[in-house]
Amino acid sequence: MFEGRRPAVGVDSRRSGHDVGEGWDNGPVPLYRDDAIVLRTHKLGEADRIVTFLTRENGKVRAVGKGVRRTSSRFGARLEPFMVVDVQLHVGRNLDTVTQVETVGPYARAICEDYGLYTAGAAMLEAADRLVEAEREPAVQQYWLLAGALRALSERHHDSGLVLDSYLLRAFSVAGWAPSFTDCARCGEPGPHRALNVAQGGAVCPRCRPPGSTAPAAETFVLLAALLAGEWDVADVSDARHRKEASGLVAAYSQYYLERTLRSLRMVERDTPAVPAPAIPAVPHKIPAIPREGEAI
Amino acid sequence: MYEGAVQDLIDELGRLPGVGPKSAQRIAFHLLAAEGHEVKRLVDALTEVKLRVRFCELCGNVAEAERCRVCLDPRRSDEVICVVEEPKDVVAVERTREFRGRYHVLGGAINPMENIGPDDLRIKELLTRLADGAVKEVILAMDPNVEGEATATYLARLIGPIGITVSRLASGLPVGGDLEYADEVTLGRAFEGRRVVGG
Repeated sequence: MFEGRRPAVGVDSRRSGHDVGEGWDNGPVPLYRDDAIVLRTHKLGEADRIVTFLTRENGKVRAVGKGVRRTSSRFGARLEPFMVVDVQLHVGRNLDTVTQVETVGPYARAICEDYGLYTAGAAMLEAADRLVEAEREPAVQQYWLLAGALRALSERHHDSGLVLDSYLLRAFSVAGWAPSFTDCARCGEPGPHRALNVAQGGAVCPRCRPPGSTAPAAETFVLLAALLAGEWDVADVSDARHRKEASGLVAAYSQYYLERTLRSLRMVERDTPAVPAPAIPAVPHKIPAIPREGEAI
Repeated sequence: MYEGAVQDLIDELGRLPGVGPKSAQRIAFHLLAAEGHEVKRLVDALTEVKLRVRFCELCGNVAEAERCRVCLDPRRSDEVICVVEEPKDVVAVERTREFRGRYHVLGGAINPMENIGPDDLRIKELLTRLADGAVKEVILAMDPNVEGEATATYLARLIGPIGITVSRLASGLPVGGDLEYADEVTLGRAFEGRRVVGG
């Protein structure tokens, strides 16, 4: 159950079941450390919180932060949504307990200072929470993707709506639902194509086009492909009309594959682009690159 | 599992926040062992609170009339409104004895993941109160967490253009604590919000 957990520094190897010098073991350990993103928190009792983490090595973990709602808490400020932390947890029967926290990426402040960033970030956290459904199953790519997206959001390099849509498309790709916005999603015929069908997984050629398919603008297809591939030079100069159309399609895609609506999506405040859009060159479809450690998407 | 009335009581107590099955059972047996008049006092208090207590039509605080005692107090200033999330925050601010203005209770904070948006809070009522021009300052006293900060950002953006001064409660070091134990987020805010003490 606790395979691959990193033993915490200073843990007594005899108590933790680790032989001295061995470092890794499959036996139960009372303490472990991991890098984690705080996805959400719930109040518990008088002053505690249940914190849901997306960890790098252990996937989704829920743990109790004792006394973190008190103003005198030593690490309450670090256990806020959007924070990337180095956390030490004590293994519990049902829920683990947070014993130490260090800040790795203090993104919460920057994100909360802009309402548009906050709503976009909340939708990202909710999507990650839904996509990584099972607890304690490693989701390394989802971890790095979300960490990169939060960093990009907090640094405001791109429009918050574009960062959100790019994150969603790439998170779905990592989860196994990669859309195609150039080649036909059904038969693979090279595009560009004019129709899009969410249930088929993206663009569809005239032969595969099922009834009820939509026909977005060609520029919207280009924008969606750019968001999926992380081609920011293309996405950043897109037109407001195409961004709106693309965000609607991404929302429909999310709802279809999650089989329910992301509640935060309806509250996302999308900015209008400051730069008028020039003509956009076509972008070939390619598998999205997952950001590496410390890299923004 | 107990029978009839005892189990019903345990079930009802178990629905209260923070009361688990074991606590519910303990409270139920305490009530069973208690004197009749003690139980009646509790029943009367519960009935009375539901009959008499409501939310103030102006500020949203708990009240026993159409308006709460703070809104009815003529000695308090109408020029400053302190916006808080919950009625219990009013009590916390009142304990300081530093604030002599009025309150406005939002009824929560914006939390998209819990499906709580601006329309679910008493923001329209706040804007209505600000429309008459009597209010000179709005103090945003939401919780110093992500949801509270985002709600404060939203309100500041909404109220700022009206021309009313909008302030936010300072964040910083708790009185009586040691600097070395402060986390970097709190300490960073304390540095940002430092004030000149001399000269």
